[in-house]
Amino acid sequence: MVAQIIFLVITLAAIALFTINLRKIIRNIRLGKPADRKDQPMKRLTTMLRVAFGQSKMVVRPIPAFLHFFVYIGFVIINIEVLEIMIDGLFGTHRIFYGLGGLYNFLIGSFEILAFTVWVSCAIFLVRRNSLKIKRFYGVEMTSWPKSDANYILITEILLMSAFLLMNAADAKLQLLGATHYVNAGAFPVSQYLMNLLPSTEQALIILERSCWWFHIIGILAFLNYLPYSKHFHILFAFPNTYFSNLEPKGEFTNMPSVTNEVKAMLDPSFVPADAAPGKFGAKDATDLTWVNLMNAYTCTECGRCTSVCPANITGKLLSPRKIMMDTRDRIAEIGKNIDKNGAEHQDGKSLLDDYISREEIWACTSCNACVEACPVNIDPLQIITELRRFTVMEESQAPSSINAMMGNIENNQAPWKYSPADRFNWAQES
Amino acid sequence: MEFKVPTMAELMAAGEEPEILFWVGCAGSYDERAQKITRDICKILHHVGIKYAVLGTEESCTGDPAKRAGNEFLFQMQAMTNIEVLNAYNIKKIVTGCPHCFNTIKNEYPGLGGTYEVIHHTQLIQDLINEGKLKAEGGESFKGKKITYHDPCYLGRGNGIYEAPRKALEVLDAQLVEMKRCKSNGLCCGAGGAQMFKEPEKGRKDINVERVEEALQTEPQFIAAGCPFCMTMLSDGIKLKDKEQEVKVLDIAEITARANGL
Ligand code: SF4
Ligand code: SF4
Repeated sequence: MVAQIIFLVITLAAIALFTINLRKIIRNIRLGKPADRKDQPMKRLTTMLRVAFGQSKMVVRPIPAFLHFFVYIGFVIINIEVLEIMIDGLFGTHRIFYGLGGLYNFLIGSFEILAFTVWVSCAIFLVRRNSLKIKRFYGVEMTSWPKSDANYILITEILLMSAFLLMNAADAKLQLLGATHYVNAGAFPVSQYLMNLLPSTEQALIILERSCWWFHIIGILAFLNYLPYSKHFHILFAFPNTYFSNLEPKGEFTNMPSVTNEVKAMLDPSFVPADAAPGKFGAKDATDLTWVNLMNAYTCTECGRCTSVCPANITGKLLSPRKIMMDTRDRIAEIGKNIDKNGAEHQDGKSLLDDYISREEIWACTSCNACVEACPVNIDPLQIITELRRFTVMEESQAPSSINAMMGNIENNQAPWKYSPADRFNWAQES
Repeated sequence: MEFKVPTMAELMAAGEEPEILFWVGCAGSYDERAQKITRDICKILHHVGIKYAVLGTEESCTGDPAKRAGNEFLFQMQAMTNIEVLNAYNIKKIVTGCPHCFNTIKNEYPGLGGTYEVIHHTQLIQDLINEGKLKAEGGESFKGKKITYHDPCYLGRGNGIYEAPRKALEVLDAQLVEMKRCKSNGLCCGAGGAQMFKEPEKGRKDINVERVEEALQTEPQFIAAGCPFCMTMLSDGIKLKDKEQEVKVLDIAEITARANGL
């Protein structure tokens, strides 16, 4: 009974804490500007199923795709097992689903195999990350926290899976001993090999089984609460993020409606715009971006696929699209913290542009869309870069001087170069 | 040029309408190297007897470099002026010689009141080949020659067009070799996003050099391009590597014109 109460309290606390943090993140995302991503629900659904559920963009790199697939499937399916743990914990039962008989054995057996593949994949990932010099794990933005974050996640998953398998091994041995409370249920294709390593007395086995059970479930609840602080948050956000992803051709940039109004008014003085209040052009801070940009930032898994294909980054320039996403997330999280502490009106005098992302970075982008193509969860770093450029050009007039010259030429000569419009058709005269 | 390039104004005066408008673009109009591509596109159109026209001096920058640089005002000013001209001539179908013009007119003009059927010149060439109107006959033979094709970002990743330019090369019976980074994984030439008009940020090397090094790894005789900006960047890179004698950078339109003896 005591155990059940402790279990209830821990579970409720964990869920409450997670809900609070999740709501904060959603609140932060809502600080962004509106963006319309509600059209074409069927296409959105299939995109989500293909990209997030079906992992379609992972296949470009087969080795991590293969390993990631096991971890992913393990995560999805082991949730069924967590359901049983929850019921057992609350009602003091043991293996409540054992009545399913053969199906139960099949389920437990497959969980074991999955737990094992997750274990092995995470171990390989750990080695890959820390011993092989894989370039995309070593960007300037991969400082202490992002680096240890990845390792914590992998180690935790290994520990959780170890606890699960050890628990089963102890349980299987107890079943053989005919211990009361330990019903004969489950199949143990992996953990049976651990049985010989375990103590043989019933008392010791029960202690081991119970400790692993508690460790496993508390670990899962703790891990749940780690998510909002970690890149591992993508296991939840990959789904909405792909659902709301951009369905237009990648080459198409938004036609800012506020600008359309002003341009129409300039070309035709009698034009009256439908809605006034143009606001700021482009983005200086994270709150000037759309909620989609901000959701992207929270979804980023810091995998660096974007950066490893960025032509600017490849040739040694400062720009790294992954850093753009991480900076955006760090900045909106900081704004959120400020609001929690000092109220919604608080200004800290900082901004995404300059305090986080430098001008050198944004001007190095060739708008080639390689980063957008490479992202396994359909994140668009280019849109953020474009918004920052729009701010520097339209609000501050701070474009590099050669860019200003190009724009001056377009304005005066209708071409980015300084040629006379009258010469535009000269090419037809020569042979 | 042995024939006269018709302008919209002339056609209009004669009470005629073309099948297709050829949007030349700024590079195609003023850049010496790109002018040759422009003339070859006209030769192809002339050769197959499509009724076409250009805007001539009435054409103006689409606004693409301004938009990518962040100047939405200037972009929309350009766009709306161009749309006015295009709509006044009742244009329905446009072929462009540049992926940037193609992308902008196809994707960004409709929202501002200019909706047209837009194709890139490599798509036109593919269609003509499919229809049997263009063959690789009567000119230079590319049979067995090693050609590698560089995907322009705004044609490939930007709009998903990977097959048309390759089809235009396949008909040559040449030996097509792909670079390590090609199609959706292609590497930018370094010119897009208004980079063409400024010095690159400091780094280990320039993007066009990286790209040309990769192209050279395929040991090609020709690098095929489909964009006047890629043309500039790749040619500069080849010059820098001192490979001008062995490797030629040619636009798909130039290759097609040559293969057909135009
Ligand atoms: S669009 Fe910009 S940031 Fe993205 S890969 Fe290309 S150059 Fe890099
Ligand atoms: S933006 Fe996408 S590709 Fe880049 S690091 Fe984040 S998840 Fe990976």
